[in-house]
Amino acid sequence: MIRRITLALAAPVLAVAVATAVSALMLAFTDYSAAEVFKVIFTDGFSRTSLVDTVNRAAPYYIAGVAVAIGFKMNLFNIGVEGQYRLAALFAAAAAAAVKLPAPLHVLFTFLVAMAVGAAWASIPGLLRAYRGVSEVISSIMLNATALGVAAFFLGRWLRAPAEVEQTLGTRRISPSGQLPSLNGVLRAIGIDVPDATRVQSYVILAAVVGVIYYLVIWRSSYGFDLRATGSNAEAATASGVDAKRMVITAMLLSGAAAGLIGLNDIMSPAARYTDVTVVSGLGFTGIAIALLGRNNPVGIAFAALLWAFMDAVQTPLSNAELPKQITAIMQGITVLSVVIAYEVVRRVAARQELAGLRREVTAGGAAPPPADPPPSTGSGPEVAPA
Amino acid sequence: MTSLMNPPETAAGAKPPARFAEIPRWARLVLYLALGVGTMSLTRVLTGAGQLTAENTLRSAVYLALPIALAGLGGLWSERAGVVNIGLEGMMVLGTWFGAYGGIAYGPWQGVLMGVVGGAIGGLLHAIATVSFGVDHIISGVSINLLAVGFCEFLTSVSWDGASARESPSIPSNVTKVDLIPFLKGPLHDLAGQRRFFLSDLANAVLAVTTNVSLLIVVALALFPLTYFVLWKTPFGLRLRSVGEDPDAADSLGVNVYRMKYVAVMVSGALSGLAGVLLVYLFSSKFQSGQTGGRGFIGLAAMIFGNWRPGGLLVGAGLFGFMDSMQSQVTETSHALLVGAALMFVVTGLACAFRKLWVSAAVFFLLAAGAAWWYQVTDELPREIIPYFPHVTTLLVLVFASQRLRMPAADGKVWRRGGR
Repeated sequence: MIRRITLALAAPVLAVAVATAVSALMLAFTDYSAAEVFKVIFTDGFSRTSLVDTVNRAAPYYIAGVAVAIGFKMNLFNIGVEGQYRLAALFAAAAAAAVKLPAPLHVLFTFLVAMAVGAAWASIPGLLRAYRGVSEVISSIMLNATALGVAAFFLGRWLRAPAEVEQTLGTRRISPSGQLPSLNGVLRAIGIDVPDATRVQSYVILAAVVGVIYYLVIWRSSYGFDLRATGSNAEAATASGVDAKRMVITAMLLSGAAAGLIGLNDIMSPAARYTDVTVVSGLGFTGIAIALLGRNNPVGIAFAALLWAFMDAVQTPLSNAELPKQITAIMQGITVLSVVIAYEVVRRVAARQELAGLRREVTAGGAAPPPADPPPSTGSGPEVAPA
Repeated sequence: MTSLMNPPETAAGAKPPARFAEIPRWARLVLYLALGVGTMSLTRVLTGAGQLTAENTLRSAVYLALPIALAGLGGLWSERAGVVNIGLEGMMVLGTWFGAYGGIAYGPWQGVLMGVVGGAIGGLLHAIATVSFGVDHIISGVSINLLAVGFCEFLTSVSWDGASARESPSIPSNVTKVDLIPFLKGPLHDLAGQRRFFLSDLANAVLAVTTNVSLLIVVALALFPLTYFVLWKTPFGLRLRSVGEDPDAADSLGVNVYRMKYVAVMVSGALSGLAGVLLVYLFSSKFQSGQTGGRGFIGLAAMIFGNWRPGGLLVGAGLFGFMDSMQSQVTETSHALLVGAALMFVVTGLACAFRKLWVSAAVFFLLAAGAAWWYQVTDELPREIIPYFPHVTTLLVLVFASQRLRMPAADGKVWRRGGR
């Protein structure tokens, strides 16, 4: 058990170390001092303002990671999170701005619309995979781009606020009842001092709830059992009576519903409307990196999201100090690339050790000849987590 | 418009009637190109949208198509050896940065070379991860995309003035532009001016690819026949493709599978790098963060559309590039595309009828009627949607013609010698 945890932790720690070393090396080639950069990262990065920024950024990353991880648990690669959350944010913003409801209902309504739209867009690759055998990777790449077109089309023609209401192209503003409150007051009440200039988004709570639901559904429900079973061995699962098509479609729906929530922080915060600027892009791809880094584990994803967000947040102090802030983007890239390599190596080492153990047992018993070669690693797909 | 156009061309696995199959592949390609030009020409005549096949339109279509086509060619090399390359986009980004850097620091051709090498390094990284370490191809590709963007933004900020720069200065000199067939330029211009059916449009097409073209375009275009020759007519190519079809068999026959995959993925990176270089040298003359704009993915789409073959890929990329060039056209021109689409559907429907595929034929005639009706009742094609035509087309091809597509059998599978 302890060895397994060590093995599991070894990879990300190693990856971060490699990333740090490579970026230090790269800085050595420039006029900037690596020592200075890391000093800023480790001092200013942990200032209150920067930490609040980290937490706020980590929340959508976490949900993005969960959305991707739901697919991974089932050996599905939902690379389409990017398009799903963009469309969901647009339609949720438009719907939220169009209705008048009391505060909690208004917020809930927005969540539901976003989840429905995300799930609907994700159902396309799900259905295509289930009924036409189209690889969900290719179809969702195509749908990512298409989502941009669909969003531009609807926003430009039907959902935009009239020019006399809003100057920039975007939806109407969501009334205060549909906006997420700040958590500053609550935090202050329990004795955590938050600087006035910053704002802890209550969206963080949504991320936590999503994490709990993810855990309960995937690890504590019979549906989740079927899903994981299909993910680790589709043929065996089918033989035991799991409807593979249904699993593919529902997994994509769940993944898309989670993806729908990613963009809500941007539209339900004080900006309170969808424009191409308020809803940042690229979170879908970040979500893939985070799910990989966190090995699809609800807690692991949280750490990964925090790490990723930390590297984002520290760009502000870096650029204040007139240092190249993009160095953290390199660190993120190298971390994820080396972590996937490290996991693969760890997996192979573990398999080899297991085999060696088996061989020893058999030869010690002196009965049967040594077992045949280990089962071939069939392109095991994105599923890298231990069973 | 014609998602399902030219199925035989884009489908090696199809079974056209024997007589048709006897026509050599290149002749069929010519036939389809002629059919394409004819359709566009007829559209121009029917709608009076003269800009549709004007030299400028076609030239910008070629310019827009080539980066897509080269990225697709990169994907083709890699996937023919069994390695899926989602990292094309990132390798293109590397190509744009290194191309711009070399162009500024050393000179135009040195810049091109640097861009190619930059892309190849991205390919090497992908090969190390997928071939040596057995990482899932998609995961490695996504990581490379993330890494390449961060890497190039960092390099931009430390290479040129200011830590927040998101673009490079302009390259001081570009690759030479030449007229390939100067003696024909005059007659072709005259012919184009006469606005004759088919001939004028063909003249415009020839003018677009032969007059005032950057040598870079010539190089890029030459890579397609070259790829076809190397991959399909040499022992090396046979070995490379065998690795993508059945690595175990190839291994047992003495092919060095790992080496083949490494070579293929690095060539793939180099070609994507060149695609990035084209973006710098043909359009912006400088590196800009985000200038690839998903073209690596469109290249992937073109490759699928072209059924993992260079000819089909070129047709796909040409179609996508042409659509892309419609964005900057007046509404009238892009509106005329609907007529073009209707005509293409009719042609494809006739082809289906000829092969006694009555249901498909009926579907295509219905589609044709739909497109014509759309043209009648509207005055424009929604501009926001035009850029996403390649993606929707590819999706439709995957949905309705996936039986005709044949990807390399071992594509995307991690292979370890001895099955370990």
